[in-house]
Amino acid sequence: MIEVRGLTKRYGDKVAVDGLSFGIEPGKVTGFLGPNGAGKTTTMRLILGLDYPDAGSITVGGKRYRDLAYPMREVGALLDAKSVHGGRSAYNHLLCLAQTNNLPKRRVAEVLELVGMSAVARKRSKGFSLGMSQRLGIAATLLGDPRVVMFDEPVNGLDPEGILWIRNLMKTLAADGRTVFVSSHLMSEMENTADHLIVVGRGKLIADCTMAEFIARSSGAAVKVRTPSPDALVLAIAAKGGQASADADGTLVVRGLATDQVGDIAFEQGIRVHELTMMRASLEEAFMELTGDSVEYRAGIPAASVPVGPSTSGSGV
Amino acid sequence: MTTSAASSGKLPLSTLPAASGRASLGGALRSEWTKIRSVRSTYWTLIALLVVSIGLDALISAASSSHLQGHPADKVGFDSTQVSLFAFAFLGQLILAVLGGMVITAEYSTGMIRTSLSVQPRRGTLYVAKALVFAGVALVISFFTSFVAFFLGQALLSSSGMNASLSGPGVLRAVVGTALVVTLVGMFAFGLGAIFRHTAATIATAIGMMFVVPIIINLLPDNWRIEVVRWLPSSALDRISATLPGANPHMFGPWGQFAVTAAWAVAALVAGIVLFRKRDA
Repeated sequence: MIEVRGLTKRYGDKVAVDGLSFGIEPGKVTGFLGPNGAGKTTTMRLILGLDYPDAGSITVGGKRYRDLAYPMREVGALLDAKSVHGGRSAYNHLLCLAQTNNLPKRRVAEVLELVGMSAVARKRSKGFSLGMSQRLGIAATLLGDPRVVMFDEPVNGLDPEGILWIRNLMKTLAADGRTVFVSSHLMSEMENTADHLIVVGRGKLIADCTMAEFIARSSGAAVKVRTPSPDALVLAIAAKGGQASADADGTLVVRGLATDQVGDIAFEQGIRVHELTMMRASLEEAFMELTGDSVEYRAGIPAASVPVGPSTSGSGV
Repeated sequence: MTTSAASSGKLPLSTLPAASGRASLGGALRSEWTKIRSVRSTYWTLIALLVVSIGLDALISAASSSHLQGHPADKVGFDSTQVSLFAFAFLGQLILAVLGGMVITAEYSTGMIRTSLSVQPRRGTLYVAKALVFAGVALVISFFTSFVAFFLGQALLSSSGMNASLSGPGVLRAVVGTALVVTLVGMFAFGLGAIFRHTAATIATAIGMMFVVPIIINLLPDNWRIEVVRWLPSSALDRISATLPGANPHMFGPWGQFAVTAAWAVAALVAGIVLFRKRDA
């Protein structure tokens, strides 16, 4: 649905987006992940034509954004919940948007109902909490029943109820067959919602893969085995190409093999196994590892809390 | 709230009618009309315009009337039409310039511009719609104010016997022309708003061009001043609201000065649309 090719954007001397290429497919939630300052918001602004790229091209459904007949029917985007005139009521805000794309008036009441804001429709939006502003922004994105929805950091500053609501909404939209493109710097948030990931750092593409692949790619993925015969299992695993090391308490940590493979090896060798656990690297760890080199504004925090992988580089993955 | 609505599969929204054509000027005009009528600042500005213009012009006319009754000699060279339009011309233009500038700078100060351009990425369409809707509002309010100020002023001047009538020489041109030039000043500020994208800079520049530059020009040596003054956007109001002969011979005629101000407005509007289309939002 969205095709980005060789996208580059500079602000003065600073390169915000650097030769970025990726595609976003319908029917799933694509997470757009990267540290603050990685170029996520800039990329979204470029997709919407708010800023002009220095190089590269973007198409939505095969067309440039500004050539879309009715942009609201194609793309509903929420970049910043505060991008409204605070003096205008929620109803009039949505009405003035709907009118630009010749959408029927009744649609305004429908989306207000959907986001639970019918009761405050006539209230001016400057009095709204962040959560309410976010709901108003989402109502606006749904006015045109768009095939693509795009949210920039949608859960920022929301309470747990609001976060859950947005997660469910994104899943519903994707299940409807829509293209959902959502950015976040919160890896845990992506873990809960995204099917596919596009990871950026310093404006460059770091990874474009499924969530499962992204986690598996991390060197943190391992299998924990507890067995009364550790030495025999270590040898058997080494023979099959895995690496096993013994923990202080005698449990083995196996890398390079999947849980099923480890279980099969033990069975073939007649080794008893008391525990076999997948140690899933969290997305957080995988992300830190992959973007370690590309964090733009690194705080002077102790090195131990930033596990930078030795072999991963910013652009080579 | 409606958590369940969003998580139960399909969204509870009705089906949209099939799309035909494309988002264009018609929708943009309706949208801009909704925008301008749905914020309080529009009403405050227009009420200020009415109260200041009509109220002050009535006071000036009433005071002039009693003065003329006591000093009949001052009736020579007294321009009843111009006097009844003075506050509207002098201060009304400033208030309308504030509205014209804010119609566009408020989009930037609130961040609304990002939403507006997302739903209508054809920027020229958005700009033209915004300019046309403001021009329409400005014209209607200017004509209304100009005629009310004129008729009220003449009613108050009637006791001095100096009241003008619309059929008098140059009177209709003065009333209509003043309304048109005040509208042009608003359009000029609209263009400045698109250039600066900042309310304070826009209003400061508009005030500078309409009030400060003429004062500075007045300080120039006479032979320069008389060459420059007719090219200023601020010179039209005094010329077009006058109905008596004896105007400054270095000025163009009423419609000539109108054309100068119109040229300034067009220049600002064109510079505004070029930058509006070219720059990152």
